[in-house]
Amino acid sequence: MRGFLRGVVAIYRKEMGHYLVSPVAYVVLGMFLLIGGLFYYTILTFYMERSLAASMQAMQFGAPPEVDVPSMTINSLFGVLGQVALFLLPMATMGVYAEERRRGTIELLMTSPVTDWQIVLGKYLASFSLFLILLLPTLAYHGVLFWKSEPRPPLGILLSGYLGLLLLGGAFLALGNFISSLTESQLIAAVVTFCVALVLWIIDIAGPGAGTTAGELFQYLSVLRHYEDFARGVVDTTSLVFFGSWIALGLFLTLRSLDSMRWRRA
Amino acid sequence: MHLPGSLRLRLRRNVIEVEHLTKRYGDTVAVEDISFRVERGEILGFLGPNGAGKTTTMRILTGYLPATAGTVRVAGFDVAEQSLEARRRIGYLPEQPPLYPDMTVTGYLDFVARIKGVPAAERRSRVDAAIAMTHLGEYRHELIKRLSRGYRQRVGLAQALVHDPEVVILDEPTVGLDPKQIIEVRHLIKKLRGNHTVILSTHILPEVSMTCDRVIIINKGRIAAVDTPANLTAQLRGGHLVRLELRGDRNGLEQTLRQIPGVRQVSIEALPDGGRMRVAVETEPGSDLRSRIAAAVVGRGWELYELRAVSLTLEEIFLRLTTEESEGTTQEAQA
Repeated sequence: MRGFLRGVVAIYRKEMGHYLVSPVAYVVLGMFLLIGGLFYYTILTFYMERSLAASMQAMQFGAPPEVDVPSMTINSLFGVLGQVALFLLPMATMGVYAEERRRGTIELLMTSPVTDWQIVLGKYLASFSLFLILLLPTLAYHGVLFWKSEPRPPLGILLSGYLGLLLLGGAFLALGNFISSLTESQLIAAVVTFCVALVLWIIDIAGPGAGTTAGELFQYLSVLRHYEDFARGVVDTTSLVFFGSWIALGLFLTLRSLDSMRWRRA
Repeated sequence: MHLPGSLRLRLRRNVIEVEHLTKRYGDTVAVEDISFRVERGEILGFLGPNGAGKTTTMRILTGYLPATAGTVRVAGFDVAEQSLEARRRIGYLPEQPPLYPDMTVTGYLDFVARIKGVPAAERRSRVDAAIAMTHLGEYRHELIKRLSRGYRQRVGLAQALVHDPEVVILDEPTVGLDPKQIIEVRHLIKKLRGNHTVILSTHILPEVSMTCDRVIIINKGRIAAVDTPANLTAQLRGGHLVRLELRGDRNGLEQTLRQIPGVRQVSIEALPDGGRMRVAVETEPGSDLRSRIAAAVVGRGWELYELRAVSLTLEEIFLRLTTEESEGTTQEAQA
């Protein structure tokens, strides 16, 4: 077990070092913060204006104000962050294996005394850590709400929202890792990962109508549906299983892909 | 008999044992029924044209590719069954050095030492030793992408040595280097003799005679010859070549020369300058027929302009062994 971890840590350290000096990682981080911040500002001001309008209405007509600014802001913000992750995470994973294949360094990894599992886990955990680093600054948004808003933002929604975002990101990363292992081209890896993720995102719209078995299947496969639950503060076991099995499947397929590389290479 | 592992290790002479190794990709056969052994401390050269199966064989030895049939044991471990144990004992430099351009030399070697399972306490000294061996001291904190081709190759070599492996496998270690760098790399490989068992592949012939104890010539996935470079040159092909330049009767010439005992083959090439000919006479090994050839030519009253003995270079042997057109000479050589 200690030997196993040592291999994973060695791969993980190398990947993190690579992100640290890679322009791509900084572009992804910068864009994530820029877009996230922009939307946060827009969403916050939008709901504040609505809330203001609502309270003015309340003064005129005596009805109680109905707009819970913190909850709605958080809800919308998670929706946006999920979409930003959909666009940006394929870029974070595009090089994970494609670059090693192109440079021939995969041959070093695969002839070293580390198992394919150690390689797959080390790389996946590193890409997941990059995602955590991306999310870290978003905590500041909620800090502002906690500091200034009345009523206080609901902690439950916040936590379940982050859980959902982590699972969603983890799933996209597992998919991206797998697709990157299929090609030598980072561009192809990014484009294909994005397209597959997008299809899964909106599959319930594209699929046949509700009521049929196929329709239910497509609804189950829709990432957006599962993710929206979390953003509303609902932690559903079905969704946990959905994302959990997606991540496990992604890692397993990556492992198979590495193994098949040994058989394919001419 | 039960022996402790370390003792068993010392008693075993053959560090690499390859038996009936075959590799197929679909219908194409890359390597067919190759068997050979390498002794501890030996430097073995794989010689063969591009696409002969050198790289495939090395990739199977390092555990990168699985074999279709046959077994490979490195330091007593089967590379398929006990892959991790075998890989721990192998240092491997692929044809394209597996480098990360954004890492420093030290950072890269430290990473390689980690994945090769070098204990933390020894890591630093192993990295330093590898840097010292490949003379990279000045560049240890340099990013790999800033290094020249020759220095990158050295980093690749350092990577193959950093965990002090029993077996070092080098795929075309001097390809793409300038002459000075080639000499340095060869010198470094020679220093490995005795402490490490080395297999290197090349298509450059002098490299083999300069660095290797033994040569395996591979062609079309099969072993064409195995011997020391010296024996390959002297015995296997053996013969010498005597080159003549003379003026005389073409038909009579071949007959006359063939009558001399010890002559294997005569080839005649007419020169444009009226009636002059250039003749190559291949003779049996260990015989010097120069005086008899001269006597025969002069005895017929022909004009002899030049006569010199040339021993076949490894290059010529290699060509004979691997060229299809000279089927006859190959058989003759093996007879």
